[in-house]
Amino acid sequence: MLSFVAQRVAKGAIVLLAIIVMNFFLIRLAPGDPAMVMAGEAGASDPIFVAQLREKFGLDRPLPEQLWRYVKGIVSLDLGFSFRQQAPVAQLILERLPATLLLTGTAFALSLGLGIMFGGLAARRPGTAADSAITIVALLFYATPLFWIALMAILLFSVTLDWLPSFGFETVGGNYTGTAHLRDIAAHLVMPASTLGLFFMASYTRMTRAAMLEVRQLDFVKTARAKGLSDAVIERRHVLRNALLPVVTLAGLQAGTLIGGAVLTETVFAWPGIGRLMYDALIQRDYNLLLGVFMVSSAMVLILNLVTDLAYRMIDPRIEYNP
Amino acid sequence: MKRLLLKLRRHPSGLLGVVILVIVVLVAAFGPLLFPTSPWRMVQRPFLPPFTLSKVPLGTDALGRDVFAGIIFGARVSLLVGLVSTLAALLVGVPVGAIAGYFGGRTDDALMRFTEFFQTIPSFALAIVLVAILQPSIVSITAAIAIVSWPPVARLVRGEVLSLRGRDYVQAAIATGQTHRWVIWHEILPNALSPLIVLASLMVATAILLESSLSFLGLGDPNLISWGYMVGAGRTVIRQAWWITVFPGLAILLSVLGLNLIGEGLNDALNPRLSRDGGR
Repeated sequence: MLSFVAQRVAKGAIVLLAIIVMNFFLIRLAPGDPAMVMAGEAGASDPIFVAQLREKFGLDRPLPEQLWRYVKGIVSLDLGFSFRQQAPVAQLILERLPATLLLTGTAFALSLGLGIMFGGLAARRPGTAADSAITIVALLFYATPLFWIALMAILLFSVTLDWLPSFGFETVGGNYTGTAHLRDIAAHLVMPASTLGLFFMASYTRMTRAAMLEVRQLDFVKTARAKGLSDAVIERRHVLRNALLPVVTLAGLQAGTLIGGAVLTETVFAWPGIGRLMYDALIQRDYNLLLGVFMVSSAMVLILNLVTDLAYRMIDPRIEYNP
Repeated sequence: MKRLLLKLRRHPSGLLGVVILVIVVLVAAFGPLLFPTSPWRMVQRPFLPPFTLSKVPLGTDALGRDVFAGIIFGARVSLLVGLVSTLAALLVGVPVGAIAGYFGGRTDDALMRFTEFFQTIPSFALAIVLVAILQPSIVSITAAIAIVSWPPVARLVRGEVLSLRGRDYVQAAIATGQTHRWVIWHEILPNALSPLIVLASLMVATAILLESSLSFLGLGDPNLISWGYMVGAGRTVIRQAWWITVFPGLAILLSVLGLNLIGEGLNDALNPRLSRDGGR
């Protein structure tokens, strides 16, 4: 088990290094040379200042040396400086990270829990009205653009019904403390988390339903039934547990999509996470910040993939890791 | 093609998908001819509610532009980007997967590591970064979507080629001294076609969603009107004018739904053994 974890971590580190190298070349694809871009962002294009910047960031050195400096900087958690926001990129991202983790974590738990529940319900009696209803709703959510669902939720629950706040992390100037503060944050979290979760819930519902129908045909289920086990026990211990394997794999693979979706939901709901930060960087063409957020979200996906691998091994002890 | 349609006939939901797609294609092809007004032109007072004037059935936006005209012209962008980016993704993914599966060994290892790398990176974030850096245009958007969507193609084709490579007829073709390229092209790929068609139809749907999300964030081609752009532009005035965001969003939903239904219908018709969410 330990060597398995070590192997996976090493593999992840290599991928991360490749992403850093890719970032290095991407920033050089941006219009204008980096020193000019930085000078422009700092609000000056005096040639002496540009030359200074070039020297300070080593842009007058040969490319391999620049790459080496860049990688060294990132490894020591120096993601560069955002001239637009007048702060180090790493600091900006760290400040915003908790909000994104709260949002994506809630959305993930919600979508996986509800997806498995609805998928299981639909699979229980295939072909009935309940099954058709769940299947159709899942199909609709699966085809709906995330940003549009978010806006429709605002239209319904904030504008028309006035039940939920439509933007932000907490009430501005609310000055709540203790549980009132937590309740305020929770109220702000409801819409972003559920709209972000809906698309994924739809795909887990479809997946769980298909997997349960498939597993139910297998021989060991017939054996269990022949042994005289009750339907409830068979469904829970034999069918559901095996059907969960592909769902967990899918959930792990979709972690990256979840973070991409956070950019859209955080933008719509003005949720102060790294997704919103990415949107701000995008609008202001703040390439340093943009690539910083991109790199951190890639690292998050790598970590999530690692966790999925471990979870997978725990659910299914048959899986052995072959290096 | 005719056989495909015949097979689809047994799947009513797939047929519904075909009907939706045909309507969207017709609108994209002929709509602009019937509605020659540019979607950028101001035709009425701003914030005209829908269903009040028959000339502007879906109302106007914050600048007095016709929402209906925008939807009709937007169909072109969505379909074009969806189709071209999927084709480009196939052009990358099919050779990578075929070479990896056919030659195996180190070639396979190297190509699959490369594919895995692209699959690990959060695709939407990468698309945003690419379009922002290359500057938004229909070309950069299409390229970015192709770059983030080819890996599933490569994996699917590799799997198919691996399983077909050992078949007798393929071995026979190799034994007769045919070139590798000929064997891959004439003996292997034609037999891997049906799962590829299913995947491609689902990819067009995903590409349309991606394109609309990019335009929504302001990364659309500034010279072309698109559904995502319209929703994004209407977002700030959603409290006064719901119709500016609601109708273009419905257009995206319908097109994507149609393509998904077709993909599922084809899946059931062509290869019932393929898992429902394969490759997504």
